[in-house]
Amino acid sequence: MKGMTVIVKKVTQIVCGIIFLYGIYIIIHGHLTPGGGFAGGAIIAGAFILLILAFGSEFLALKKEETRSSIMESSAILIFLIIAVLGMVIGVGGVFFVNFLPKGTIGELISAGVIPLYNIAVGMEVAAALLTIFLALLIYRDEVLK
Amino acid sequence: MIVYFLCIFLFLVGLYGVVTKRNLIKIVIGLAIMEYSVNLFLILIGYVKGGTAPILSNEVTKRVFVDPLPQAMVLTAIVIGLATTTLLLAIAIRIYKKYGTFDIREIKNLKG
Amino acid sequence: MDVFIPLFVVLPLAGAFLIAIIGSFAKGFGRIFTSIILAFLTGLSLYVIFKVEYPIILKVGGWELFEKIPIAIYMVIDGLSIYLLLIINIVGFFSAFYSISYIKRFTAENNYYTLFCLMAAGMNGVVVSGDIFNIYVFLEMAAISSYALVAFEIEKEHLEASFKYQVLGCLSSLFILLSIGFLYWKTSTLNIADISRMILSTEGGGLVTFAQVILLSGFGLKAAMIPFHAWLPDAHSSAPSPISSMLSGVLIKAIGAYVILRLFFNMFVISYSISMVITIIGTLSMVIGGILAIGQWDIKRLLAYSSISQMGYVILGVGIGMLVLSQNGDKSIATLSITGGLFHLFNHAVFKGLLFLNAGAVEYETGIRDMKKLGGLSAKMPVTTSTSLSASMSISGIPPFNGFFSKLIIIIAAIQAKYYVLSILAVFISIITLAMYLKVQRFTFFNKKEEDWDMRGISVREVPFTMCFSMVFLAVLCLVLSLLVVPSIRDIILTPAVDVLINAGQYSTAVLGH
Repeated sequence: MKGMTVIVKKVTQIVCGIIFLYGIYIIIHGHLTPGGGFAGGAIIAGAFILLILAFGSEFLALKKEETRSSIMESSAILIFLIIAVLGMVIGVGGVFFVNFLPKGTIGELISAGVIPLYNIAVGMEVAAALLTIFLALLIYRDEVLK
Repeated sequence: MIVYFLCIFLFLVGLYGVVTKRNLIKIVIGLAIMEYSVNLFLILIGYVKGGTAPILSNEVTKRVFVDPLPQAMVLTAIVIGLATTTLLLAIAIRIYKKYGTFDIREIKNLKG
Repeated sequence: MDVFIPLFVVLPLAGAFLIAIIGSFAKGFGRIFTSIILAFLTGLSLYVIFKVEYPIILKVGGWELFEKIPIAIYMVIDGLSIYLLLIINIVGFFSAFYSISYIKRFTAENNYYTLFCLMAAGMNGVVVSGDIFNIYVFLEMAAISSYALVAFEIEKEHLEASFKYQVLGCLSSLFILLSIGFLYWKTSTLNIADISRMILSTEGGGLVTFAQVILLSGFGLKAAMIPFHAWLPDAHSSAPSPISSMLSGVLIKAIGAYVILRLFFNMFVISYSISMVITIIGTLSMVIGGILAIGQWDIKRLLAYSSISQMGYVILGVGIGMLVLSQNGDKSIATLSITGGLFHLFNHAVFKGLLFLNAGAVEYETGIRDMKKLGGLSAKMPVTTSTSLSASMSISGIPPFNGFFSKLIIIIAAIQAKYYVLSILAVFISIITLAMYLKVQRFTFFNKKEEDWDMRGISVREVPFTMCFSMVFLAVLCLVLSLLVVPSIRDIILTPAVDVLINAGQYSTAVLGH
């Protein structure tokens, strides 16, 4: 698909990195401020989609990108399940989903046990999933137009 | 009390859209409006008079918070709604390619 | 022993995403892996039924009770849950094994196996969870996978059927979420055992009855009751055959009938008016489903309408039990009626799954689904013919197959509870079912000469090994299941499930511990 005009391309170059950084901030502070995995993941996907819309890309590049993001999504879910089951194997008490890392004081960045790790896994997964959906619809439209 | 009735009214507006409209995309929009109204209803249930946002930090002195459980429910319901709407739209564009129209009066291959 | 419970959900979920990753490198990975996972889960559920004491309770995250209020998410396996887990995993394993040969002709094989594992994980999650919002989340997981699987062959009719199914399914899910909202407003908790305590202690009133009616509409659509049945003929006849057998055999039971049983017996107080509504819905489904089915000429559409009729039998059996319990009548009549209903649930999963697999085998070889153009297949496809014959005899209620015993128990219970009109209707619909399946057998397998197929240029042989294996095994299971009437076997498998529903008030004591 074709890209957009020069103004859009220049502004996207400047802004895209800031959006990505903002998404990472919301994911990592998920246990202190509102947001967390899903909202941060949606913002990161927005950054990638903005890049594709502004610069356009070839059909083959889109297909390669879609395979990679689909594998990324499945691995993020597997990491989530591994952390959840790890509680059964290692932790005290041995039940599912237990919070087995040490919990620090309220309000610090590194606290609350496993919850930041869950947030990161969910954020990766949501970003990859939304990107895969967008690319799949775009590939279908390009196939139909040929 | 008025607020809950307004939520149910929004639900009925969405239901009217699903039942009467003939365009496939308008049916999908009607379903999306119904979803929004149910999410709104769930959050309004958890309101406590004089409460504030349920975030625990060192500077907060007030101790009356609104109920955080419906907020967790609604986060999950929003994600499920996203998945449903995406699948509906993907099937709708494939129907457009195969039948050539979005009108449900033309899409009647299965009968009986 | 509670380490077993999450395995039922985690194993298919992890398997689905492993198939998605490894399947893009190795083509045939998904086929065998799905069958291995479901075989392991079948073995696990058989082990739990025979060796372990239930109820097994797991509090997710290890959060203990706080001043006697449950704050954790509970996962509970009791008699009814393990009965349904057995049904889901057995029929799931045979469908997955059948689809090893059937799905080879499609190119997107790995997507199929991923969605199949997700559907199995969702259904297992619904029957294991002890929390109404968890039931909603797992139900959506299973339902969204089934919407995508119905549209798997992307042709005109399949897309239209999937769209209709999706709109109605989404509508019913929104009703269910609305009623969860009403229940939370009234009781401030989401745990099934705790809600039953709170409904008993506070005044019920109009809000709880309203929530009951909306819940019944939502789950009635998932269980394909009349008047919510409009999506079923299109969706079940357009899906690929192993998915049709999963949908009709397991999905409408796990996310429809099971949730109605669990919520209306163990959570709400059994009231006379709701029991009357449930019994009337069951009778209407039984009668109207049978009458609509007999005029069909497409095999899979006839089987789909017949599913509505047989699910009506199940809901009728359970509804009579509810009516007797609500009027504080004789408990033995209620036990007999609910035993008949639950036994018919298992039987219907097995023989309807087998019938859909047979229809798929016929379509795989000849490519035709219209009964007027078929015929004369009995000499060329002997395995398919004999298994189809045993499934038809089973569904019509001919001894010694299993359908006879379950229908007999429901009819005797209806007579004992003095509902003579219902028992006459049940016998009448049984005769109509016999007529309908004689029509299927005659027109599909026996009518014409076999040289017809050579003249038309279609070569018809027996289906490949994996398809034959599934069909033969399910037919043997049809005969073996009639052993469930023998008291010693019944006490292990069927009686715990019935006891959970009869002693409805003891669920909360068993789960919460006080």
